[in-house]
Amino acid sequence: MKNFTENPAYKFLLFPIGQISVFAIGASVVLSLITVLLAFIFKFNVTDFDLVERTMLILPQVIINGVTIGFVYATIALGYTMVYGVLEFINFSHSEIFMVGGIVGIQLMAYFEHIGVLATMNEYLVIALAIVLAMAVSGSLAVVVERLAYKPLRGAPKLVPLISAIGMSFFLQDAVRLILSLTTGEFNVILPKFGTFDEFWKIAIPGMEDPLRIQIKSVIMVGTAVLMLLGLNFLVNGTKVGKAIRAVAQDRPSASLMGINVNQIISITFLVGGTLGGAAGVLFALKATKLDPFSGFFPGLKAFTSAVLGGIGNLTGALLGGLVLGLLESFAASYLGIFTNGAFGAEYKDIFAFAILILVLIFRPSGLLGQTVGQKA
Amino acid sequence: MNKRLLALLSLLVIASMALAACGTPAATEAPAEEPAATEAAATEAAATEEAAPAAMGTIKIATQSPLSGGQSLLGVAIKQGAELALEQLSGDLVAMGYDVQLAPYDDQATPDVGVANAKNIVADSEILCGVGHLNSGVMIPSSEEYHTANLPFVSPANTNPVVTTRGYLEVNRVVGRDDVQAPAAEEFAFTTLGAKSVYIIHDKTAYGQGVAEFFRGAAEEDGLEIVAFEGTEETANFDAIVTPLVATQPDVVFFAGIYNQAGVFFKQARDAGYEGTFMGTDGMDASDLADIAGDALTTGGGMYYTTVAGPASAYPKAATFAADYEAKFGVAPEPFAAQAYDSMAVCLAAITAAAEAAGGVPTRLQVAEAVRQVSIDGLTGAIAFDDIGDLPTAQYFILKVNGATKDTWNSNEIVEILEVASPGKGE
Repeated sequence: MKNFTENPAYKFLLFPIGQISVFAIGASVVLSLITVLLAFIFKFNVTDFDLVERTMLILPQVIINGVTIGFVYATIALGYTMVYGVLEFINFSHSEIFMVGGIVGIQLMAYFEHIGVLATMNEYLVIALAIVLAMAVSGSLAVVVERLAYKPLRGAPKLVPLISAIGMSFFLQDAVRLILSLTTGEFNVILPKFGTFDEFWKIAIPGMEDPLRIQIKSVIMVGTAVLMLLGLNFLVNGTKVGKAIRAVAQDRPSASLMGINVNQIISITFLVGGTLGGAAGVLFALKATKLDPFSGFFPGLKAFTSAVLGGIGNLTGALLGGLVLGLLESFAASYLGIFTNGAFGAEYKDIFAFAILILVLIFRPSGLLGQTVGQKA
Repeated sequence: MNKRLLALLSLLVIASMALAACGTPAATEAPAEEPAATEAAATEAAATEEAAPAAMGTIKIATQSPLSGGQSLLGVAIKQGAELALEQLSGDLVAMGYDVQLAPYDDQATPDVGVANAKNIVADSEILCGVGHLNSGVMIPSSEEYHTANLPFVSPANTNPVVTTRGYLEVNRVVGRDDVQAPAAEEFAFTTLGAKSVYIIHDKTAYGQGVAEFFRGAAEEDGLEIVAFEGTEETANFDAIVTPLVATQPDVVFFAGIYNQAGVFFKQARDAGYEGTFMGTDGMDASDLADIAGDALTTGGGMYYTTVAGPASAYPKAATFAADYEAKFGVAPEPFAAQAYDSMAVCLAAITAAAEAAGGVPTRLQVAEAVRQVSIDGLTGAIAFDDIGDLPTAQYFILKVNGATKDTWNSNEIVEILEVASPGKGE
């Protein structure tokens, strides 16, 4: 049995995929059960339509929405959690690294449209190129930010780089705004129209009137995010660099004594986090279809929350946290209005999601999975 | 390292300033041009009049609108409309020996920034009148500052009733009001479109929520079924809101908010299978909406919006204005540019009248009183104010979106024009 668990195909493919599926399905099932239960309880309060029927009608769609955005949160959250694992500070400029990735990706597509090849190119190739470019730009930007704003403060008290990160975040927002106003003169960066991924796959479910509709975009988002997560898992747990990252996360002075170039490893951590952020930016841009220099803030905040919810510093925790938060939001926004007969609408989704977060943190202060030092970063 | 960092940062700042100075005129305009323009006007005036008296002093007219950020398209149009009016209509004041300047401020569509700017505007004693804002949510708190300082402001775009119903002498507007606009939209949905059910969504701002509530009030009176009444700050991922919406398929979705948020919502709702009609108010009236939402606006039940600022074709006199505007700024005027032009015209007329009466630089209070006496024939019609600063009768337009791209925005068709008297101060 030991031989099998040491088999790389299991360790880096089967196990993480299994883990991701368990998290996604488990969180969906738990939330669905709670929702359906609530539907039965509230059934008699709502008279003008059958609450249970209405609940079941949109349930599959709500789950898909939640899982899709959950994977995007998870991909961004990994950037926060990796840096926290290694340096123990929150890199608040990560939300801007993410935004830059999205804008770079859209600009590449806009460039293709400008030179007139967008319509003839394979749409998946376009997305892949945009993701690769965004990863390169965001990754390098994260490394540069680390060199300029964090490295000089390495020995300082922990709050100092935190302030520097917040400052960097504002600086990047306005730098992007300035660059955009000088080059395109437009504040909104709009995704050009191409390809067929706005369309839906319709899957008929036996026993249900309407088919389940899955947007091709959502499949691309989830698929790419899963690939990123697998890649990261391999990097951290299967390579020498990953071993070095884990060593630095556990004990920086000792790692340094063992001959690990700590500064280089920290740079690599930022590179990896930034790369993931850039890819997530393009995925988010596909969904949002419009970004601006301030678009990074809210997804960044949500992703940071996911990281905390899962247990900051813990990679698996970031994945679980992202999925749970995405699903919570989706359920809250879709069902609050229906259950309360319009008294509370979707506008309270964040309050609801964050109330759950507070509850979780009261009972599990170190997050859902906790900060298991062995797995840290 | 820190010194080097500082040097690098200052280099960056200098480089960006240099770039900004010679950059595109649309984005960042150095106010340095203003004196040159007025100087030219001054020499021209001096040539026709007998030697103009030595400078009587400087008079500044402020504009406040979002020059940066998601709503800058409309905000910049307000500034540029006012700028053009200042250039074309300040001749009388210049002949009287005043140096007339524009003082543009960027409120970033944010109440905090608007109020902070308002404090600066009030502190500059040379500013005698102002044009702004775009957003009612910014205008309402900022105008408390103007009110305290007796500084008159003429709004080219604010439609929330509260802007004028407080009864401040200093606050005026050249457009209609939401308590007429939103019921007009509802009337259109109910009678003309024959809608039975409506989904109302707003952006949680003073403007959006205000409009949404007036719409809801009118819908309740007509017995229109209100499927939901939602507010959201979301700008990117509307899936969770769209899912229950698509499941119920109401006849009309009414979005009370601004185009950059609504466009994404419309697109995602249409993609997800909503087939009815989208409606909105004047916050939708920007060509960027078509770029963001694309054919979501023309498929299914299409998209209609009401506005207090009609398209250029609705105003016969605006043709020369549009040509002048395009010649000066290189772009066609967006909505509210003509209204800003008229607002500036009101300011200039009032200052001229007050200056003549006072025989020198008038006080702000004198200008504020003069604004209420102004009666001019503006680009958008006759302009005079009632005792709370509203137009006695304002025009409201209902338009249908005709194209799915930015370029076709000006071909949007006027479906109805209503002339409605101001409801006044209300109860």
